Amino acid sequence: MTTVDGRHTIDREAERIAYKPPEVRHDKQGDMSTEERVEMAMRHFVKNFNTQTASYLDGCLHCGMCADACHYHVRTDDPRYTPIWKIELFKQAYKREVGPFAFFYRLFGFKKKVTVEQLEEWQHLLYDSCTVCGRCSLVCPMGIDIAGMVSMARHGMFKAGLIPHELHETAKKAAETGSPLGVTPEKFEERLEWMADEHEVDIPLNVEKADVLAVMSSIEIQKYPESMAATAKILNAAGESWTFRTDGYEATNFGMLSGNVEWQKEASMKLIDTAIKIGAKRLVLPECGHAYMAMRWMGANMYGKPLPFTVQHISEYLAEALNEGRIKVRKVDKSVTYHDPCQVSRRGGATQAARDVLKHLGVDFREMPNGGDYNWCCGGGGGVVTIKRADELRHRVFKLKMDQVESTEADELLSSCANCRQSFDDSQQHFNWSYKMGSLLETVAENLEEGKA
Amino acid sequence: MDLLEFARGPALQFAALVLVAGTLWRIVGIAFLGKKPDYSEPRGPGGLGAALKVIWTRAFTAEPFKKATLYPKIMAYVMHIGLFATIFLFTPHIVFFEGWMGLDWPGLPNNVIYFIGVATVVSGFALIIRRATSPVLKLISNFDDYFSWFVTMLPLVTGLLIPVRALFRYEDLLAIHILSVALLLIWLPFGKLGHTFLVFMTRGTTGMVFERRGAKT
Repeated sequence: MTTVDGRHTIDREAERIAYKPPEVRHDKQGDMSTEERVEMAMRHFVKNFNTQTASYLDGCLHCGMCADACHYHVRTDDPRYTPIWKIELFKQAYKREVGPFAFFYRLFGFKKKVTVEQLEEWQHLLYDSCTVCGRCSLVCPMGIDIAGMVSMARHGMFKAGLIPHELHETAKKAAETGSPLGVTPEKFEERLEWMADEHEVDIPLNVEKADVLAVMSSIEIQKYPESMAATAKILNAAGESWTFRTDGYEATNFGMLSGNVEWQKEASMKLIDTAIKIGAKRLVLPECGHAYMAMRWMGANMYGKPLPFTVQHISEYLAEALNEGRIKVRKVDKSVTYHDPCQVSRRGGATQAARDVLKHLGVDFREMPNGGDYNWCCGGGGGVVTIKRADELRHRVFKLKMDQVESTEADELLSSCANCRQSFDDSQQHFNWSYKMGSLLETVAENLEEGKA
Repeated sequence: MDLLEFARGPALQFAALVLVAGTLWRIVGIAFLGKKPDYSEPRGPGGLGAALKVIWTRAFTAEPFKKATLYPKIMAYVMHIGLFATIFLFTPHIVFFEGWMGLDWPGLPNNVIYFIGVATVVSGFALIIRRATSPVLKLISNFDDYFSWFVTMLPLVTGLLIPVRALFRYEDLLAIHILSVALLLIWLPFGKLGHTFLVFMTRGTTGMVFERRGAKT
């Protein structure tokens, strides 16, 4: 007997028996009127229109090539997932309100005013189906950074109270408690003590003055706590003067992912202020992709001037310490493939660091086909992994990643992003997949040659 | 004043004026918006060199995307190279430019130009068929896409008709051809054909931002 797709129920009341279209959820926050929502979205879209975005929005040729680079389009063939279409409203607002010919667009009605219904529809396109991975930005013949504009369009969506509830709640929790998973300073301290005991490693906490401030992501603190011990082992072995701090430990930035610039700034300033307070020369970020984008490339702009310390992703720190011989590792006799976190590699420029580390580990490194900067995203970036309703789509696009990994036939899969790791773990469970993602940081820590540094 | 005199004179002059004024207005309108400084510590140079690099490199498709974008890319190459050759390497055009600027350069034999012209028109039709049939392009296309295609193809088609000399007198065909060029010049700064100059801004900006990060461009 044929089975009916359980996602769609039969509408027996209709004139002809038909599928009931699945209910589409358009989440709303706040009590704004329809007009207010549109007004807020427009105002905060417009704030992002500068020479860079204007040239991008004016320069699109509508060639559609970005569709071929987007995992959502490639896996579904749904034209709505064409990256440039995801910012259509942003573009519409630009052409009507700010562009060089805005007067004519308004006068002749060439570009209509954005409506709340459109904004609601685009919630799915700007959040559920874009991980801001930036693969589309590399195929565009005009060189338009579409992913960057998705992030900017989110600013307007947040202010209009039109973002997915789960992401809003996560971002709100981060703003209120300092952590998206509610990891309070006390909880952080407890878990550090636990890891210090478990791994018999000294973990300096709240040292008043230190050269290096190490920070963590809540995902690691809660789900992958070994990362904290691994960080400590490595920084100790490298002979650093370093510390974790309870007044600045959370590296994730859900303000950025949700589109709330104020929350983004608050989260960044917490780390910046702490690093300045302890006189840090270096801020070492954990295995987290978006944390790298938020602090390495956006932190100083939140601060309003150059940072008085350098910012490194942990993979960059590892590569530097290994290259300089400050830490040494044993040879790992395995074949390994590496998943590049989009914000660290493709959009962050630190692609080589992980490869240097893998070289020191002496593994049989197997680059994925179209790997490195052209890697397929894990599907969970840009806050997508927090959005429950996007799970089905996320799992669907993950198939591309599975094929990429499997084609290497490597013994192990490593990465350097806890958010990717979380997405991989979830999809691994969903598909009952044989690959389990490991951490580059933990692999180095496990293979440290103690006392030889 | 007959049609040809009108086309060669006031029509072309007006079109040139609109082209220059419209282009300047659009560029200044974009540049005027300004941009906040980037205070992040650069990893690589992000100045003019980075801009020029990406203006050049983005003309070529990165390996992972070659297969999926092969058809539109080849057609776009034919279209652009064809337009360049037919505009700048056709001897009667060179004579026109010489009269205008006092500069001349060697052209290609007329028959070669006719062949290139036909190939360019074919590529234009290949692209518009793709636009009208691909679900992605159908969704993202608007009036500008179709009208820009039309005003680009018109001078090509009218130009190719001149040597045929069917239906119309040579002078009338030439006048229509020049008027179609005037229409193209008038429309160019306003719609997507603005990519003639915007391409330097978009690719250049991305070059400066992402080369500065040391990221893939």
